Amino acid sequence: MNANATPLIELRNVTKSFGSVQALDEVDFEVRPGEVMALVGDNGAGKSTLIKCIAGIHGWDSGEIFFEGREAHIHGPKDAARLGIEVVYQDLALCDNLDVVQNMYLGREAHDRFQRLKEPIMEQKTAETLKSLAVTTINSVRQPVATLSGGQRQSVAVAKAVQWNSKLVILDEPTAALGVAQTEQVLALVRRLGEQGLAVVIISHNLHDVFETANRITVLRLGRNVGIFEREKTTPEEVVHAITAGAPTKVSGITPGTATAGAAS
Amino acid sequence: MSTAGAEIVGQEPVAPPGDEEQRGLSGVYRRAMDNLRSGNLGVLPIVIGLIFIVVFFSYKATNFFTATNFVNIIIQMAGTAMLAYGVVFVLLLGEIDLSISYVAGIGALTVAELQLPGSGHQISGLLAMLCAVGICAVIGFAQGSIVARVGVPSFVVTLAGYLIWQGVILQRLEQPGSIIIQDRWINYTASYNFSHAAGWLIAALITGIYAVTVIGGVVAKRRAGVPIGHLGLIIAKLLGVAAASFGTVAICNHAYVQGTPLGLPLAGVLVVVFLVVLTFLAKRTTFGRHVYAVGGNAEAARRAGIIVPRIRILVFMISSSMAAVGGIILAANVNSVDLNFGGGTLLLNSIAAAVIGGVSLFGGRGEVRGAFLGALVIATVSNGLNTAGYATGIIYEVTGIILLLAVTLDTIAVRLQIRSGR
Repeated sequence: MNANATPLIELRNVTKSFGSVQALDEVDFEVRPGEVMALVGDNGAGKSTLIKCIAGIHGWDSGEIFFEGREAHIHGPKDAARLGIEVVYQDLALCDNLDVVQNMYLGREAHDRFQRLKEPIMEQKTAETLKSLAVTTINSVRQPVATLSGGQRQSVAVAKAVQWNSKLVILDEPTAALGVAQTEQVLALVRRLGEQGLAVVIISHNLHDVFETANRITVLRLGRNVGIFEREKTTPEEVVHAITAGAPTKVSGITPGTATAGAAS
Repeated sequence: MSTAGAEIVGQEPVAPPGDEEQRGLSGVYRRAMDNLRSGNLGVLPIVIGLIFIVVFFSYKATNFFTATNFVNIIIQMAGTAMLAYGVVFVLLLGEIDLSISYVAGIGALTVAELQLPGSGHQISGLLAMLCAVGICAVIGFAQGSIVARVGVPSFVVTLAGYLIWQGVILQRLEQPGSIIIQDRWINYTASYNFSHAAGWLIAALITGIYAVTVIGGVVAKRRAGVPIGHLGLIIAKLLGVAAASFGTVAICNHAYVQGTPLGLPLAGVLVVVFLVVLTFLAKRTTFGRHVYAVGGNAEAARRAGIIVPRIRILVFMISSSMAAVGGIILAANVNSVDLNFGGGTLLLNSIAAAVIGGVSLFGGRGEVRGAFLGALVIATVSNGLNTAGYATGIIYEVTGIILLLAVTLDTIAVRLQIRSGR
């Protein structure tokens, strides 16, 4: 992982307010390819707002977003998807009544010109994707999602996001409501995404998860940057302090030279 | 078909014949278990129920288990089955369409009006039927738009439709009381019987098309390198379809009415054609997949980029169009449309047929063939009770009990799913 690599996505001075509430105040944020960036902060810190700006759920008032070095115009979820940005939402956007293949291809089914589904191809690609992510606990890709465990469902949701040549995968609380073993399963998957060269953003309240997966940690507090930490050079105590009492530091990102290589590998 | 499946599952613990084979067998078994766990009981309960019903009435009434009565049942189920097919799609979305019985009436009224000799707007019966389906599709579009775009609950919108279309029928037929249908094409939908030879040809055609589809599917799967499923099961299904189609024709070819030989009724062929086409639509096209997705989790479907309102509107158009088709057959069966058309038990029987056939009221689960089997059960029960000389009251009571049993079974299945799922 090259620390000097240009960020895949870079937000500069992004500001967003809802009426009189200042949700984001000149926030900077960046993720590099092959990096797992954690986004942490207390409730109301602006994590979700930031993600929704990137995902095109709502616009921002001022500031710029650069994607692969070029200014990005994200006006809706489709724009984000076209750039290669995929979001795995907390409340699992899966259809219980459909099987794994059907969920993976939902809304983007492979079909011929008569709108006929090409099931064998979808099944084959799904099996490949799951294999490439080392998701081995799922018996059959023709199993209805309702029969899967929480961890397996989350794995399917992540695999679904990864499948579409995505470059940036954003995971909103991926381990909420999961048991210990299943959490480990999902965290391993998150690390693997980074190792495969994707840029990953993980939002979590759980610092254990953050320190297990992230290369760097961006902390927001009350809609402002309070610091970017490197996992290797910080402690949970320091991050907790930043979350609860960090002073707004208007850092313009970190200067590229000071950041050492993330130690994911 | 079902017995073959049971045999294979039963064989499973016995010494594995070979690695490949064993994987196939355990695959079949696992899939069956997955289906059960996800609350999908399949057609097994209803097929067993149907066999029980047939055996019961065969003992109870001497003229029940006859070729002629078999043809009767096919014609009696046809109208309800068509309406029930449409209901399946609406229920898959987790919505309801209460207007179908009187939309069927509008369809029947349209053909009756357009074939009326000397009315000045008489057109060919075939064209009249197309017009009727078109008009009802527009009705579905209107009702669906109010549900999907405005957000009025479908129960209310279609209840309003129920009253409005009933009103239209009453208004039009108040003076004449009824319109006689004389057009032979329209009447053929309920009264035409194929010649014995044509019947065999149709059976061969259905079997052939099914075989080609199955073989095509296996080839495509093999090419993509995905599991093709258990070969024995595929062959068993193929044999089942062949037996069902040739068996049906064989029985129909033995039917007589007052000395005139009958044959395979056109109504029965229509029921099967719509079954195949709509099953294809539901299971093999992107549209069908999106219907299941919206019914399963509308929010997930929306996030996946599916235009949910469009799916909803199209589904209400399907249900109204199928109501028109059913209405035409029902009208053709009595050669007329009268003031009471669309009333009585038509609406509830159509919905009951879909529900008895395992289509969930909560959306996302069920298949078109369920409506076929459900309509067959309802028609068989009502025919059987009639033949055995029971009163109408008993027919309603028994139908109600069957409905209750079916939904109770479905609810228990869903509860088991919730318990084992997560």
